Amino acid sequence: MSEAAKEAAALVELGRSVVDRAIAAGADVAEAGVHSGSHLSVKVRMREPELVEEAGSRALGLRVMVGQRVASTYTSDFSATGQQTLIEDALELARLSEPDEHAGPPDPSELSEEAQWKDLDTFDEAVSLIAADEALDRALRGERAAFDYDPRITNSEGASFSRARGVSALVTSGGFAGSDCGTYASIFVNPVADDEDGKKRSGYHWSASRHYADLEESEKVGAEAARRTIAQLGARKIPTQELPVVFDKDAARSILGLLAGCVTGGSIWRRSSYLVGRVDSQVASDLVTIIDDPLVARAPGSRPFDGEGLLSRRNTVVQGGVLQTYLLDSYSARKLGLRSTASAARSPSGGISASTSNFFLVPGSISRDQLIADTSHGLYVTGMMGFGFNGVTGDFSRGASGFLIRNGELADPVSEVTISLNLDQLLQRIDAIADDLEHRTAIASPTFRVSSMTLAGS
Amino acid sequence: MRDRYIAPFSERGTHPIDAHTAERLLGIALEKGGDYADLFFEYSVSGSYVYDEQILKSAQRAVSMGLGVRVMKGDATGYAYCEELSFDAMKRAAETAAQIAAGGHSVDPVRIAMRDLPSRYAVPVESLDVEGVAKKAILERADRAARASDPRVVRVDASFAESVREILVANSLGQMARDRQPLLRFGVRVIAEDGPNRQSGSSGGGGRVGLEYFERLSPEWHAEQAVQQALVMLDAREAPAGEMDVVLAPGDSGILLHEAVGHGLEADFNRKKTSNYSERVGQKVASELCTVVDDAALPGSRGSINVDDEGQLPTRSVLIEDGVLRGYMQDRHSAQFFGTTPDGHGRRQSFRSHPMPRMTNTMLLAGEDAPEDIIRSVTRGVYAKKFGGGQVDISNGDFVFSLTEGYLIENGKITAPLKGVNLIGNGPDAMRKVVMLGHDFEVSDGIWTCGKEGQSVPVGVGCPTIKISSMTVGGTQVSAG
Repeated sequence: MSEAAKEAAALVELGRSVVDRAIAAGADVAEAGVHSGSHLSVKVRMREPELVEEAGSRALGLRVMVGQRVASTYTSDFSATGQQTLIEDALELARLSEPDEHAGPPDPSELSEEAQWKDLDTFDEAVSLIAADEALDRALRGERAAFDYDPRITNSEGASFSRARGVSALVTSGGFAGSDCGTYASIFVNPVADDEDGKKRSGYHWSASRHYADLEESEKVGAEAARRTIAQLGARKIPTQELPVVFDKDAARSILGLLAGCVTGGSIWRRSSYLVGRVDSQVASDLVTIIDDPLVARAPGSRPFDGEGLLSRRNTVVQGGVLQTYLLDSYSARKLGLRSTASAARSPSGGISASTSNFFLVPGSISRDQLIADTSHGLYVTGMMGFGFNGVTGDFSRGASGFLIRNGELADPVSEVTISLNLDQLLQRIDAIADDLEHRTAIASPTFRVSSMTLAGS
Repeated sequence: MRDRYIAPFSERGTHPIDAHTAERLLGIALEKGGDYADLFFEYSVSGSYVYDEQILKSAQRAVSMGLGVRVMKGDATGYAYCEELSFDAMKRAAETAAQIAAGGHSVDPVRIAMRDLPSRYAVPVESLDVEGVAKKAILERADRAARASDPRVVRVDASFAESVREILVANSLGQMARDRQPLLRFGVRVIAEDGPNRQSGSSGGGGRVGLEYFERLSPEWHAEQAVQQALVMLDAREAPAGEMDVVLAPGDSGILLHEAVGHGLEADFNRKKTSNYSERVGQKVASELCTVVDDAALPGSRGSINVDDEGQLPTRSVLIEDGVLRGYMQDRHSAQFFGTTPDGHGRRQSFRSHPMPRMTNTMLLAGEDAPEDIIRSVTRGVYAKKFGGGQVDISNGDFVFSLTEGYLIENGKITAPLKGVNLIGNGPDAMRKVVMLGHDFEVSDGIWTCGKEGQSVPVGVGCPTIKISSMTVGGTQVSAG
């Protein structure tokens, strides 16, 4: 039995004991989530170590129901007193809250068990063995590569490297007991260059992976960070106009993130999404297919079962532009008279809500370069700023930076402009999708183009 | 209630920490030769109540506690924490943090003395000590008032969040301080529908206060604000796009100042020379109308603190005076670099994080103009009333803000409400373009949380009515003129 498996078994035991005591104290339903993790993060700046941080942490979350009344509690104090307070508080709060007819765990027949869980390859022992010296070396090499890339890189916000390892368990009085573990390593490089008129330009690049061997080499990350920083030099506003906009995969991912918030159950039953009542209708151009898949091997959002113990499954959210389903946990499913899509996420503090796992736009067949070459005039967006999105209406307006596309080539850098269009129209206007999807983040997208948006500038 | 939530490291707790224990742990932390070490004990209890669909739908409580140990050697920091307060666990954390200074010589032991602190948020009764039914009643009142106020209101949810954070800081300068920081935040959000149109509105507030807050601003008052905002927005039209005059309403607009100017004045960015305000102390960086302060001493404000998370005593820092940059906000690390004294801006999210220079209550002080004269002076522009949030690129000061409530100004009058408005600009540039400043200074009600490098801390903001000549408004309506 591996160390992680032993640890998982101990967490399941603790979870079971908390559940049993909560039931004995008067709860009708009790669910315990237990987590234990450790991490190392280091940061270097100007070729010198700046921070070495190392620690382990634990969390115990309890959710109870008394009748149809719900409450949840959380503690990092695993002492006997700490656990006692956790259970007593949960019951006291449950008696204060009011009956919610839709609350309740999934039917026991829906729960998954170990034999059904896929090995998603999210754990790599090599990650947990990375020592501080090695981490510092990785970060130093990343920063050095950025300085070496171009003499105009004169300063640095630093480079950091971190590794994390986590084991978690879920035990419910409905009969579910399961555990999961994962590792994550990442490197981030953030160089700074001086621009004319005294402005500074800061750029970054990063790599992250479940397995150590999948992490990009420090030198590659550093050089790419420097390339991005230098490319922005001389960025300025361009005139207000309507134009085609190409979102690179990082910017595209944040658009997908906005959509994710509008297809999850909570926003639907609360009627706070512009997609209420839109299932089976066209919500995007027919090029668009969007998947939520918790079963992608080694991906950041992968999990064998959901936050309520249901077996993870791949959900097609949008097919050929038509909305197929919302993503639901059992509560939002009951509220909407639908079935759970096994999309429950349980927060450390015990709350449950429907959420995405690996949520992505299915890639097209042309390369990113070809997509740019096919655009005679437009804006290529590499970064967005601000929170200008209203999920209730779909209104979208955010600060953007990137490059002008002139005659099919990336040209002058652009900053301090905003781009606006209602998300509903934005998705309907997607007229090209590239083939560069990668599962570096749980919400991911390839580069895509929107035929026309409003740009506000000078 | 109070007896259930006793910090384990307090005198009445299960693991009381006295000066002697702190001295021993600091000794271990400095065994390898660090220049400085500190211990940060924290115990926090937080609760939240969500009222939704006319019932108290969920209630939550969380307890978090531990010790963070920091060792500094030159510009390098070693950090470790533990969640158990047994001496062995604390010793291990101190030894882990000490590794950063490997190879040095051990440092003389320190003698620790407790510091006297001011009292900026002595609430009559901490909210966590009040029975849950009282908080449920507040949420019910907000819900009832919002529903009764207009038939177009189709959804209401109200929330109440409370916490108390007890800290004990001890450092190798021999300083030790203990503080108890209460915090409360109330919010109500409504959705109004009119035919196919749907809009949301919200209102909220709080601070380092108890339930007496609601005697001044009732749940009904907040409900009415939220409803009015949603109803106004139902009639909102597409916002214009392009450059124009912008007038910022008093209070909430301080968030723009916080983002666009405040962050650039945090000394860590200036130590690293990565801020657009680096090496500019003594220079003119804003219109001479502008005086900007960061004041930790506002009674009961969300951003106020009696002591920072490094054991230093914050007061009121003048950052910009009549347009001239006077100084930065310092933590211990940056103060050492600048050869000055730390001024109480070292804050951290929790014992799991090392401190950084952070803001407390950041404010642009009042000018002399009447707010109505400011509006009257604008031919075509935008009046920014409520902000959803914003973001800044520290390295060059570029910022973006989203409005949740904004209006068109036409020929000196506030006219149509606008939807989807973003303000985009550059901090130093916007500060130079401040051409009028109202005499109507307000502190924003306590709702803001500031994020930096993954750490969140509660902050306050404040300002009067501000006119900025020319700012880019990101809307969808491209105007021919």
